[in-house]
Amino acid sequence: MKKNLKQKIVIIIGVLVVFLYGAFFGFDAPRLGGGQPLLNQLTQHIHLGLDLQGGVHLILQVQVKEAVGTETDNTLARIEQDLKTAKLTISQVTKPDPANHPQTMRIEGINPTQSNAVRSLLDSKYSNEYDISGGSDNSLTVTMKPNIEKALDDKTVQNAIEVIRDRVDSLGVSEPIIQQYGLGDNQILVELPGISDLDRVKNIISTTARLSIHAVVGGPYPDEQAALASVGGNLPSDQELVHGSGSMATGSDVDSVYVLQRVAIVAGTDFRSADPGSDSNTGQRTVRFTLTNEAGDKFYEYTSANVGHSMAVVLGGRVKEVANIESAIRDSGEIRGSFSTDEVAILSKMLRTGALPASLNYLEDRTVGASLGADSIRQGITAAIVGVLLVMIFMLVYYRGSGINADLALFLNLVILLGFMGFSGATLTLPGIAGVILTIGMGVDSNVLIFERIREEMRAGKAPSAAVDQGFAHAWTTILDTHVTTIVSAAILFLFGSGPVKGFAVTLTFGLAANLFTAVYVSRVIFDTHVNNLKTGEAVSI
Amino acid sequence: MHAGPWGSGIEEGRESVELFRSVNVDWLGKKWYFLAFSLIFSVAGVISMASHWAKTGSPVPLGVDFRGGTQVEVQFKQAPDTEQIRQATAAAGIRDASIVNYDIPSHHEVLISLPEQHVESALDTGQQQIHNALRDKFGESAFEIRNVSVVGPTVGKQLEKQATLATLYSLLGMLIYLWFRFQLIYGVAAVVACFHDTLITVGSFALLDSFGFKGMEISLTVIAAILTLVGYSMNDTIVVFDRIRENLRLSRRESLADVVNRSINQTLSRTVLTSGLTFLTVLSLFVFGGPVLRGFSFALVVGILIGTYSSIAVAAPMLVAWQQWRAGSSKAAVLPAAKRSRV
Repeated sequence: MKKNLKQKIVIIIGVLVVFLYGAFFGFDAPRLGGGQPLLNQLTQHIHLGLDLQGGVHLILQVQVKEAVGTETDNTLARIEQDLKTAKLTISQVTKPDPANHPQTMRIEGINPTQSNAVRSLLDSKYSNEYDISGGSDNSLTVTMKPNIEKALDDKTVQNAIEVIRDRVDSLGVSEPIIQQYGLGDNQILVELPGISDLDRVKNIISTTARLSIHAVVGGPYPDEQAALASVGGNLPSDQELVHGSGSMATGSDVDSVYVLQRVAIVAGTDFRSADPGSDSNTGQRTVRFTLTNEAGDKFYEYTSANVGHSMAVVLGGRVKEVANIESAIRDSGEIRGSFSTDEVAILSKMLRTGALPASLNYLEDRTVGASLGADSIRQGITAAIVGVLLVMIFMLVYYRGSGINADLALFLNLVILLGFMGFSGATLTLPGIAGVILTIGMGVDSNVLIFERIREEMRAGKAPSAAVDQGFAHAWTTILDTHVTTIVSAAILFLFGSGPVKGFAVTLTFGLAANLFTAVYVSRVIFDTHVNNLKTGEAVSI
Repeated sequence: MHAGPWGSGIEEGRESVELFRSVNVDWLGKKWYFLAFSLIFSVAGVISMASHWAKTGSPVPLGVDFRGGTQVEVQFKQAPDTEQIRQATAAAGIRDASIVNYDIPSHHEVLISLPEQHVESALDTGQQQIHNALRDKFGESAFEIRNVSVVGPTVGKQLEKQATLATLYSLLGMLIYLWFRFQLIYGVAAVVACFHDTLITVGSFALLDSFGFKGMEISLTVIAAILTLVGYSMNDTIVVFDRIRENLRLSRRESLADVVNRSINQTLSRTVLTSGLTFLTVLSLFVFGGPVLRGFSFALVVGILIGTYSSIAVAAPMLVAWQQWRAGSSKAAVLPAAKRSRV
C-alpha cells in the first residue's frame, strides 16, 4: 500500500515536471543562459491568436469556374481542330452558358451522315475527361466529368494557395496561416498576425498585373487624341493605346499615351526567372529577368532586327518603362523604373511563380488592432486570476484541510493545460482564455462531487479511509459522465468552429481531460497520504 | 453555525462549514410553480424573439458574424458624440450607418455598422469611407480604429448553418450518450432541459434588446458559450440522474417521486456549490473580461442560473411525469429501471 503510494507520487511529480517544461519551453531545447525572464519564455511558447496579438484575417473564395472555363476553352479549340483534321462538318462548337456552366460545351450542326464518326472521334479522344451525350437536333453535349472538375477545382485552389503564400512572404509576416478553409467551397483562410494595413495586403494578394514587352509604334503623346492623330485618326487592329504610369522612370509623363503593337514580344509565361536588383549607378530598384530558351530566341530575333527602335514594358495595363534597343538581347535583361519595394518583390515573385490561376473574391475580412489585442490579453488574464483566486479561497474556507487538496489539484490542472499548449503549439485565443477560466469552474466540480460524497459517507459513520474510498468510488461514475458530455460539445465546437472559437474548444477539452487526472488521481493520492498519516481516531479535515 | 441551512460539523469538536446538510424539500410538489416559472420565461423569450423578427427579420440581434456587412470599432480620445459621428458619415455619403456607443461609456468606444453590400469583390469600401469621414471631421489623432470586421453574405450564411448544426449535433450526441449510459427517457428529459436553457438564454438576448439594451448580439463566441451551456446544464442533470439511478437500485419499494426528491436533496449542496463556483468564475469574466467577451460571458451568466434550475425543476420532474403517465395511477417505482452502471 505505502509502496504503491510512493510510486503514484513519483508519477505525479513526473507529470508536473514534464508539463512545466512544456509550458516554458515546448519541444525546444531550453535556453536558460540567455538571461531571458521566465515569463517571456512562457509567452513565447504559447501561440497567440489574431484576436490577442492583432492582425488581418481574410477568407477568400477562388473563382474556380474561371479555371474550368480556361480548360474547356482549350478543349473546345482542340475539338474544333480535331474535327477539321478529320474532315467532319459541323456548324460550331459553343459554350451555352460560360458564366454559370463553364464545364459544358455544345457541338451544333453536325452533318447527319457523319454523326457517328463525330461521336466516335469524341469518344476515343475525350471520354476520359468528358461525358458526351447526344441531342435530337444533330448536336452533342460535351460536359466535363464531375470528378475531373472537382480535381481541377482542388488543383486551382492549391495553386492559388501556393501563389498567395509566395506573395505574402514579401510582407515579412512571422507566422502566416494560409490554408484551405471550409468544406469544399474553394475557400482560403489567410491569417497574418501583426499586420494592420489591410489595403496593402489585398493589393499584394490579389494583384493580377501582367508583365509584357511590346514594340513602340509611337509616343509619348500628351493625350489619346494626339496619339490617335499620329496614326491618322484610326487605330489599326494590331495596335493599341496604352497610358504611361505615374511612377515611370522620368516621372514627368503622368498623362502620356503610347501607341504599341498589340501582340507582345514577350509576355508572362516567357519569363524563366526574375530577381529584384538595383542599378549600380543610380541606386534605382530594378527587376532582372531571364527568359526561357524559346522566348530568348524570339527576343534575340526581334531585338537584333530592331536596333535603334524602342520597346515598352507594360505592367498592369500601363507602360512602366520605355527602353531603346541598343544591341541585340538574348535571354536576360533588366527593367528599370521607379518601383516600390512591394512592386519589385511581387513582380519578381509573379514572374517566377506565375499569376493567380483564377481571380479571388473576398468573403470576409477582419482587422484587429494591436491595442485591442493587448487590452484583451490584459482583461482576459485579470478575469482568469480573479476567477482562480475566488474559487481557491472559497474551497479553503469551505473544505479547510481538503481545500488545500482541491487547490493543489486545481493548480496542477492549470500547469498541465499550459504545458499542453506549449507542447502542441495550439493557439490561445481570447475565448480560449475564457475556456481556461471555465475549466477552473467546471474542474472544481469534480472535487466538490467527491468531497460532498466523502462527507456523506462520514456522516453515515464510516472510518476516514473507508469514507474516502467510497466517496471516490461513487463520485467517479458521475464525474466520467459529466466530462464525456462536456467534451462531446467541445469536440463539436472544434469541428464546426473557426479561429477564436476553435481556441476555446481546445482549451476546454484539454482542461477537462487534465481535470480527470488531477481531481481524481492526484486528489486521491493526496487523500491517501493524509489518511495514512492520521493518528487513530483522528478525522479528515473536510 | 447551527442556524439555518448551515449545518454543524461532522464530528465533535471541529466545525465544518456545510450548506444544506439535511434538507428535505418536496421538489416535485412544486412542479406547477416550476412549470409556470419556465413557461413565463420561455414565453417571454419567444415573444421578444417574435417581435424582434417582425422588426428586423431575425429572431435575435445578430452580430456581424451572422448578419454580414461592415462593423468598425472606433475608440475616441474624448467621449464621442454619436450625433456628430452621424453627421460626419452622412456628409461623406455613407448611407444606412448605425452608430451606437459600445460597452462601458468610459472606454469612449463606438460601433459603426454598415449593412451588407452585395458586391463581394468590393467588400471593404465601407471601412475606408468611414475612416476618411472620421478623419475629415475629427482629425486623425482623435480616434483609433480598433477592430474591423467585414463579412460577406456567403460567410454569414455558412456560419449560421454551422452554428445551428453544431447546436443540434451537440444535443443529439448527448442524447445518444445518455441513452447508452442510462435509458432513452433520461436522455430525452436531459435534452429537453438543455433545450429549455438554450431557448431562455437566446431569448434573453432578444429580451434585453427589446428593453432597449442595444449591442448585446449573438456572435460566434456567444454560440460557443451556448454550446458550453449545453454541456454544463447536462452535467448538472447527470449528477441528479446518477443519484436517482443509485437510489433506485438501493430502495426499490419507495415511489419514484420520493426517490427523485431524495436524490435532488442529496445532491443539492453539490449543485449549489458547483453552480456558485462556476458562476463566480463566469461573473469575473463578465466584469473583467472586456467588451469582446461581454456577450459570451452574459450568455454564460444567464445560462448557468437557468441550467442549474432546469436540472432540478425540469429534467427530474419529467422523469416522474413520464413514469406516472406510463403506469397510470400506480406509483410503484418500477420504472424507469435504469441500467446498471457500467463503470
